[in-house]
Amino acid sequence: MASPNPQIGQPHLQVQNLTMAYGDFVIQHDLNFNVNYGDIFIIMGGSGCGKSTLLKHMIGLKRPAKGDILFNDQPFWTSSEETQASIKRNFGAMFQAGALWSSLTLAENLALPLNEYTCLAQDEIQDVVAIKLALVGLAGYENFYPSEISGGMVKRAALARAMVMDPSMLFLDEPSAGLDPISSRRLDELIIELSQSMGITIAIVTHELPSIFTIGNNCVFLDPETRTMLETGDPKIMRDNSKFEKVRYFLNRGEK
Amino acid sequence: MKETSQASISCSLEHSCLELSFEGDWLLQKQRPSLTDYLSQCSDPKVSKIQVSASDELNWDTSLVIFVRKLKQHCITQNKPFYSALPDGIAQLITLADAVPPIQAKNENTQPNSALHNIGKKALGIRQSSQEVLTFVGEVTLAFGKLLRGRVSFRKQDFGILIEDVGPKALGIVSLISFLLGVILAYMGAVQLGQFGAQIYIADLVGIGMVREMAALMTGIILAGRTGAAYAAQLGTMQVNEEIDAYRTLGVSPMEFLVLPRMLALMVMVPFLIIYADLVGVISGFVVAMGIFDIGLLEYYNQTLNALTFNHFIVGLIKGCCYGILVALCGCYQGINCGRSASAVGQATTRAIVFSIIAITIAASILTILFQQLGI
Repeated sequence: MASPNPQIGQPHLQVQNLTMAYGDFVIQHDLNFNVNYGDIFIIMGGSGCGKSTLLKHMIGLKRPAKGDILFNDQPFWTSSEETQASIKRNFGAMFQAGALWSSLTLAENLALPLNEYTCLAQDEIQDVVAIKLALVGLAGYENFYPSEISGGMVKRAALARAMVMDPSMLFLDEPSAGLDPISSRRLDELIIELSQSMGITIAIVTHELPSIFTIGNNCVFLDPETRTMLETGDPKIMRDNSKFEKVRYFLNRGEK
Repeated sequence: MKETSQASISCSLEHSCLELSFEGDWLLQKQRPSLTDYLSQCSDPKVSKIQVSASDELNWDTSLVIFVRKLKQHCITQNKPFYSALPDGIAQLITLADAVPPIQAKNENTQPNSALHNIGKKALGIRQSSQEVLTFVGEVTLAFGKLLRGRVSFRKQDFGILIEDVGPKALGIVSLISFLLGVILAYMGAVQLGQFGAQIYIADLVGIGMVREMAALMTGIILAGRTGAAYAAQLGTMQVNEEIDAYRTLGVSPMEFLVLPRMLALMVMVPFLIIYADLVGVISGFVVAMGIFDIGLLEYYNQTLNALTFNHFIVGLIKGCCYGILVALCGCYQGINCGRSASAVGQATTRAIVFSIIAITIAASILTILFQQLGI
């Protein structure tokens, strides 16, 4: 739902005592943080610390070894499959490489979830697809296949697909990775505009500092050495005043 | 929980200004007023300007943005001023959607294609693919030339794995198919030959049929479905992941590094597979002959040896090697020329199997006629 939310500042998604593991190998343990309504929440940390894995736990793709995720105070992993499915309807996710379906045109990529989960007529679906593509600056590209557009366009089309069901929470995995600085900045601006105008809560995995400071108002820092989170809060404040040297070091691009 | 209400529009006309106030739940999943009615109201000559606003209880999503954007575009075409007092988010989204002008749609499908146009396109496509096939065959030949001069290097452990994949790992399916084929041939012959009391000639029928034709043909078809498809999928996926480009960039010829070992693996292993299939087929014929007509092992063995000549054996091997080369060529060609998407890999795999089977059938016909004419 796109209406600006009156619950701004209240927890939208809560991560509680979350431990992520592949078999016996623990990637991160005892994660506790809240993503609030209207936040642009950054999940950051060094390479291999488990940022993308955490995102997969948050969107219900991977079951945690311990702990739970609460969406609107409703537990996800301890709920029934039906409840999990209804919670997932509130999520939109954009994967690192876009993950557009290569055999479908951009319009078909966006229309597929609408055809599956709504009772909208075909002309209404076309209207929704057209406006979502227009929102990401891809108006007129409806009949192009993913292989016929550039990497930046693939990212924007993937963002449009993530938003097509009007989710209340959007998860983006390294949206600006591999983009040139200008495209990266445009994507950041787009994310801010979409967040402000549609009132969506957005969780982003990234370690690109310009993006973190431009768009993020809340974040969590995952440490690959201790395998747990060090701090959560406003990234700009953490850059200057974090009590953890590692966090200050990371956010100041390795300068002490 | 918030109470839901029907999406509606309060409409009033004052001093030729049409005022539309949006109320209720403007959500995609819910019933909404028809846009057409309001477009016609906006077109009314009595209306000179349009103002839209929202009630305090408005709950909206993309559906309202689409509605207002279409209304606004209609007013622009009618040259009527459009004023909005809607929540900032809606105005922002409309501005964002209109910020980049739409590009010209692809005109590929807009022009109706005549039959002549389609025939021309097909002919050009066939010419291009024929050129590509010839280029590929030429490159493979050059690579073999280099190999014979000892100027080709590929990873020996990869070649070993390919040999294992093509040969030992295919023994199970080759055994099953050859055994059943031998049984079919023996049964078919038993019914006819039994009428004349010439049951012993089952050995001739199975022996010559398997060794000269069927073992090679069936092994070729098994390799097309198993190995040719695998080659197309492996090389196609490498094409999608730009791995083949990476070889080219480093100056490593994909033809020598990827195609040549695959073709060699097939060429080396096919004769062994055919000899194995011959053996299994002949044994299955004996099982049927012994089971139905009580023919002894020595009797069947002697009859088979009398029937078979070295020529039969060589003809079967030559045919099998030709089929193997065709399967390798089709699989590798489709893989190397695969598109850059997941569906392209599927298409390449399908084409590799289909073209291999067609090529095997054509080659079988030509070789059979050729060997008959040569009296071999």
